[in-house]
Amino acid sequence: MAMPEKLTDTLDALAMVSDRGERIQILIDTAERFQEVPPRLARRPFPEESRVPGCESEAYVFTEERPDGSLDYHFAVENPQGISAKAMAVILGEALSGAPPEQVAEVPQDVVYQVFGRELSMGKSMGLMGMVGMVSALARKRAEAKRI
Amino acid sequence: MSEIESRGYVRPEVLVSTDWVASHLKDPGIRIVESNEDPLLYSSGHIPGAVEVDWTRDLNDPVRRDYLGREGFEALMRRIGVTKDTTVVFYGDKNNWWATYAFWVFQLFGHDKAKIMDGGRIKWVNEGRELSKDTPSYPASDYKAAERDDKRIRAYRDQVLHHVEAKKPLVDVRSPDEYTGKKLHMPEYPNEGALRGGHIPGAASVPWAKAINPDDGTFKTAEELRALYENEAKIKPGDDVIVYCRIGERSSHTWFVLTNLLGYDKVRNYDGSWTEWGNLVGVPIER
Repeated sequence: MAMPEKLTDTLDALAMVSDRGERIQILIDTAERFQEVPPRLARRPFPEESRVPGCESEAYVFTEERPDGSLDYHFAVENPQGISAKAMAVILGEALSGAPPEQVAEVPQDVVYQVFGRELSMGKSMGLMGMVGMVSALARKRAEAKRI
Repeated sequence: MSEIESRGYVRPEVLVSTDWVASHLKDPGIRIVESNEDPLLYSSGHIPGAVEVDWTRDLNDPVRRDYLGREGFEALMRRIGVTKDTTVVFYGDKNNWWATYAFWVFQLFGHDKAKIMDGGRIKWVNEGRELSKDTPSYPASDYKAAERDDKRIRAYRDQVLHHVEAKKPLVDVRSPDEYTGKKLHMPEYPNEGALRGGHIPGAASVPWAKAINPDDGTFKTAEELRALYENEAKIKPGDDVIVYCRIGERSSHTWFVLTNLLGYDKVRNYDGSWTEWGNLVGVPIER
């Protein structure tokens, strides 16, 4: 299944950036757009079932249903130094919200490497891939519910 | 006596405070080095004048699973303008986990003019100290590196096997779930990079972050550290100790604590760690 269009556009744009410093600056600017999940959807202490497994930045994922049955994806990142997690959250939120859940469910976890490059520690890549995996899992659940 | 000296460490001179760093920002004999796990942190703002040493790009061989060799280390030191007389002060995210990893790699090449900023990046940030986005540039040095010495502070798998057979002490610094092997059996967790879970037989479990005060990221006092390693893990300064984690990064933090803060003179870091041991055919595993 094709990837959601906005995510493809984001990855294509990042792929054009060959300079590592420039890519890092783009991702830092992206992280600065991070907005925490609105209180109407979740408040601290955030529920354990929304926590991304394996993410040491203590990221949480939440969804909100749109009238057309697609989802908006919201995030919280508790680690104040978790700038990569925030950048990933912004990319996932902006590129996947409103996309068909069937497509979001199939987004591969290794898009993390297309965003950050290969120079990630195992722990960091596990955490970021866990964010993608949790978003996909929530979308899959929604897609299955739509079919019933 | 400084606050760090009052904590009773065997080598208190390897730690410096954020105050000390703030007062040495323009000291030409000091090079401040930030080493993080998060690849975006340094560029988002760092201690003024600090250079970045990235563990994947700067410290590892790009092809083999190994550290950089003499020529690579020499090139790195020249690029960041470090001479044999320069004191390198490391700091970073994750309670200095990656800073101590870089510190340990520098010791493989014998650059012993090295210190860690107590509390790491988060302490500096939480104290509201200045951060800069300017990437500093220093005149290249003519650093001549020694060959890498893997015997003193690094352990390979065969040495670990002999160590286990001789029933010598090991410290597993991973989380309790990794130590017991439970984590590999939790399907919702991402793959750990090892086919088997558990720990090396005889290893004591002391998660690395227990050496840190959770409030401010500083190291615990020598007395608290001794209680942790000597009373709980039953190791003592004269022991031949091997420490390990998943790839040798967290265990370099424990290596730093045992070697420099508690004065153990024979501690080796098994950087193959669980990603090697948990994939080896036929080696003993305990759960």
